[in-house]
Amino acid sequence: MYVQTQSQKIMRLAFHYTAMLAMAFYFIFPMLFMFISSFKTKENIGQSLTSLKGMITPTDLTADNYIYLFTHPNSHFWSYLANSIIVTVSIVFCAVIFDSLMAFALQRMRFRGQKILLSIVIALIIIPFEVIAIPLLMMVSKLPYIDIFNEGGITIQQGWINTRFVQILPFAARAFPIFLFYQFFRDIPKDFDEAAYMDGANSWQVWWRIIMPMSGPVIATVIILEFLFAWNQYLWPVLVAFTPDVAPTPVGLGTFFSSEGPELGRIMAYGSLITAPVLIVFLAFQRFFVRSVMGSGIKG
Amino acid sequence: MRFNLSSGGAMAFPATFLLFCFVVLPFLLAFMFSFTNQQFTSKNSQFLGFDNYKNILSVKTVTLRAELNENGDKVFPKMRSILRQDEEWKRAKPLYKIPFISHEGKQVYIIAKDVTFWRAIINTCLFVLFVVPLQCGTALMLALLVRKKLWGRNFFRTAFFIPVVTSMVVVSIVWKFILQSDGAINQLFNLNIDWLNNSATAMLAIVVMSAWQGAGYQMLIFLAGLQSIPEERYEAAAIDGAGPLQTFLHITVPGLRNTILFIIISTTMAAFALFVQIDVLTKGGPNDATQTLVYHAVRMGADQHKIGYASAISVIYFIIILIIAFAQKHIMDKGE
Repeated sequence: MYVQTQSQKIMRLAFHYTAMLAMAFYFIFPMLFMFISSFKTKENIGQSLTSLKGMITPTDLTADNYIYLFTHPNSHFWSYLANSIIVTVSIVFCAVIFDSLMAFALQRMRFRGQKILLSIVIALIIIPFEVIAIPLLMMVSKLPYIDIFNEGGITIQQGWINTRFVQILPFAARAFPIFLFYQFFRDIPKDFDEAAYMDGANSWQVWWRIIMPMSGPVIATVIILEFLFAWNQYLWPVLVAFTPDVAPTPVGLGTFFSSEGPELGRIMAYGSLITAPVLIVFLAFQRFFVRSVMGSGIKG
Repeated sequence: MRFNLSSGGAMAFPATFLLFCFVVLPFLLAFMFSFTNQQFTSKNSQFLGFDNYKNILSVKTVTLRAELNENGDKVFPKMRSILRQDEEWKRAKPLYKIPFISHEGKQVYIIAKDVTFWRAIINTCLFVLFVVPLQCGTALMLALLVRKKLWGRNFFRTAFFIPVVTSMVVVSIVWKFILQSDGAINQLFNLNIDWLNNSATAMLAIVVMSAWQGAGYQMLIFLAGLQSIPEERYEAAAIDGAGPLQTFLHITVPGLRNTILFIIISTTMAAFALFVQIDVLTKGGPNDATQTLVYHAVRMGADQHKIGYASAISVIYFIIILIIAFAQKHIMDKGE
């Protein structure tokens, strides 16, 4: 039998906590540095960079960086933020509706080509977006775009480049969330559907009134995974969105970083501001996040 | 045939249409474009057969022999002047000087038509080779640290997961300041290295940063795996007198077999897509030291407008991913 004496136990516990604290410092330090620096002047940050302690010591704090971002016309912060919110919310909304509909049809309905469609969806999971980015860029640049928000009335222009629209549509349906919904629906007993059909419901009502209300956990998972993906994605926006009126925050930060290179404080404030919403959402719904990631892993 | 709005086909239509337009079609186009000289702007493109692939993949060796100059010194002819005579290879550049068979009278070089592509392949593989063990190892260690129901474990788990929800653009910019030559890392270890501007260390810095950002995600998957190991096995091991290391090797590792496989494969696939860190921090430099497959494809396609050529690189990248996927399936099937 493996037994530990009291002092061995205490030693191990102390070691355990030391290791956890060291790792916590390692993982939090860069974020803490960003947050504290966002309240410093560029000169102050420049001096603080030479030591770990200096980087996270709050001295001579000022809100100037935030005031600049919020009020200066050159920062375009609100515009980038609005674009990010519109694009992210649209992607998440479309994903929940279209992907669950698709999964419902594949799991519950019978129609021609259903089996082959299911195999295709599963096969599509393997295709990384990076493979199709360039041909897709070529494709969307040739498609006609009907601009209904134009000041001069409705106009048709060629190419979807540099719109919000082009950042949403390619991700409105994705294979992996369809698969997650499909797996979840498989475990819901068919008795519920049959009872509803007996009462005269049609398939759309069964999907929306019966299946979706029972699918809270998988809906939460899809919302969280799509939200993280959409809010933080970079490759596609950097290819198709350039100007502040359509580009999302990561592209905005990239532009800001190259144009305001020496203004460290403003860059750190920008970084803090676009990280904060995700962090707040994460801390508020932590249990769902943890469950989503844990659940999305093993079953592949 | 009557169109039925309540049919399965009607419900599957929106997602099927979207997936066809924005995944299947561009995927097929990638293959089609890769056999042409499609440009971003010009309307007409020609069928080239496998020319793009040949230009991307072609390598050969060139031997330079020393000649005596007027002073009687041995000098090597310029690579340029040798290649200029060869119509097919005149734009090729040296990739690597083979050390063992090169000596003072002879130099043997491997030259490639697209040196950047080969650098990108080598760098991407090196990145994968280093980041996968580092990230997965860190993740397993973190999972073991927060597995036990100790006081404050939620706080620590949250701390380890925070980088995962942070945008890679933000992470890259913050790390740039930590890594700069008069920065804290150098001060801490008493070094003087310009990590990101030195071709020997740039990739290493990106490896460490990427592992830092991603490890929290794999930690959660490891935690799920650890939960599925029955507690009785640990109790049995303790009764048999197994110490912590033995318990880890004989209970934890075998119990996590499938989880470890899944994590290694999925991290490998994700690592092959390395792009954001490069675009924000190094732009492929210095001296192509951080060129990667996806970065090279994007530069060729989006900046140089060579859609056909970039598509061919994308197809090669996809084939690599496919090989890994088949390897995963093979190993998983064998285990069951």
